[in-house]
Amino acid sequence: MSTILPLILKDVAVRRRGKRLLGPVDLTLKSEGLTMIVGPNGSGKTTLLRVMHGVERLSSGSATWAVAEEEARHRQSYVFQTPIMLRRTVADNLRYPLQLIATPRAEVETRIARWAKRIGLEERMGLQATRLSGGEKQKLALARALIRKPDVLFLDEPCANLDGASTRDIESILQTALSEKTRIIMTTHDLGQAKRLARDAIFMLHGVVHETGLATGFFSAPQTAELQAFFRGDIIA
Amino acid sequence: MNDIYEGLVAAFWLVVTLDSDLMQISLRSLQVSLSALLIASAIALPLGTFLAIRRFRFRRLVISLLNALMGLPPVVVGLIVYILLSRSGPFGVLGLLFTPTAMIIAQVIIITPLIASITHQAMRELWAEYHDLLISLNTSPWQRIKTLIWDGRRNLLTASLAGFGRAIGEVGAIMIVGGNIDNATRVLTTAIALETGKGDFALALALGFVLIALAIGINICIHWLSRTEREGRW
Ligand SMILES: Nc1ncnc2c1ncn2[C@@H]1O[C@H](COP(=O)(O)OP(=O)(O)OP(=O)(O)O)[C@@H](O)[C@H]1O
Ligand SMILES: [Mg+2]
Repeated sequence: MSTILPLILKDVAVRRRGKRLLGPVDLTLKSEGLTMIVGPNGSGKTTLLRVMHGVERLSSGSATWAVAEEEARHRQSYVFQTPIMLRRTVADNLRYPLQLIATPRAEVETRIARWAKRIGLEERMGLQATRLSGGEKQKLALARALIRKPDVLFLDEPCANLDGASTRDIESILQTALSEKTRIIMTTHDLGQAKRLARDAIFMLHGVVHETGLATGFFSAPQTAELQAFFRGDIIA
Repeated sequence: MNDIYEGLVAAFWLVVTLDSDLMQISLRSLQVSLSALLIASAIALPLGTFLAIRRFRFRRLVISLLNALMGLPPVVVGLIVYILLSRSGPFGVLGLLFTPTAMIIAQVIIITPLIASITHQAMRELWAEYHDLLISLNTSPWQRIKTLIWDGRRNLLTASLAGFGRAIGEVGAIMIVGGNIDNATRVLTTAIALETGKGDFALALALGFVLIALAIGINICIHWLSRTEREGRW
């Protein structure tokens, strides 16, 4: 299977109502592993992730994959910061992405059963997804994103609101996906998690990429004063 | 007061004896309005959903047009359909005037804007909720419409019920295009108008009670169907 990477962002900017939310950003995403995006609230992490996924309108610049747009769109998934539940049962939420691409019925049922087990919701399969707890919704959204076996997975703070055990569950699911060569790009506010998972990292500040690097150097020896301040938990000017 | 009492008694006997005229008229009413409902829903549900999710150039215009059409007086619709179907009109060769088909056509025109408008409102809300997910999953426009219709089906049921209520109670248009012909195009509402005109209040009232019972019955039926389905799923 050929990969859809690299993704190349060239001079990307997003402006809304005269305000610049993002950019200019030049960035190339290649290889395997997990890229962690960190930064203060409102620094443009979500906007950047949405730009990469192709669901945010660009004001200028371009985002291009190694393959045609249509194929690339097909082979990536996205988990939103606030999970979006279809007004259907948990099982039907898992079934939905597979239905869209006409998957054989037997295959669909096997995958649903496997994912139900992995996120610990076997007992809740017949429940309306909108009735799940916040944490359960996040797990379901992750399973629904992975059930199509995407090449690239975008996650926007998948573990916000989760307790320690659930966070570990999700991290182990992500580790498994990584070992199966899924490329992951995610955001988090949990620096411990960032260190545990990241292969490389991006520090966003005021809508631009302020610092990038391989995880080893990024976390132990940040170059810019702002990233150092961010790690210390200081307010960044 | 006496009239109402007599009407009730007459209605009771007409119903328990399964009066053949009454049955025929009621069944025709149901047949005409349910057919109109089916056709109008097939047009209005996708149309309303489409208007909610697609931004195009004349979207606002289409929506205001729809709202304006919703206020069309049925009598005027009847008149226009009459002219179109009359022997000298463009569709005269089809010979549809004074048939149940003509009545169905008129009712479709009357209730389609209503159903489409209610659908549009409900679907706009659902679309705002689903938008990011459906875009992210790379759904085709048709898949989006199907998803919204399926997940919003309870709202759509309400929209359709409103349409049915308007259709079964409508008299102006079907009187004109159907002609209220005995054994052919007479339905509950036109029969009521006729009997009232003749001064037979008892029969008119009896027919009126049957009409009300039908309207309420259909409503209860559909709500009951949707409830059992919900209980089955939850
Ligand atoms: N449509 C819009 N119009 C105007 N401003 C917007 C719009 N969408 C987002 N913003 C602003 O853009 C900035 C960046 O938002 P973004 O969601 O990318 O931040 P973030 O880094 O993900 O923050 P958080 O950590 O809180 O999730 C914010 O200040 C936000 O208020
Ligand atoms: Mg965010």
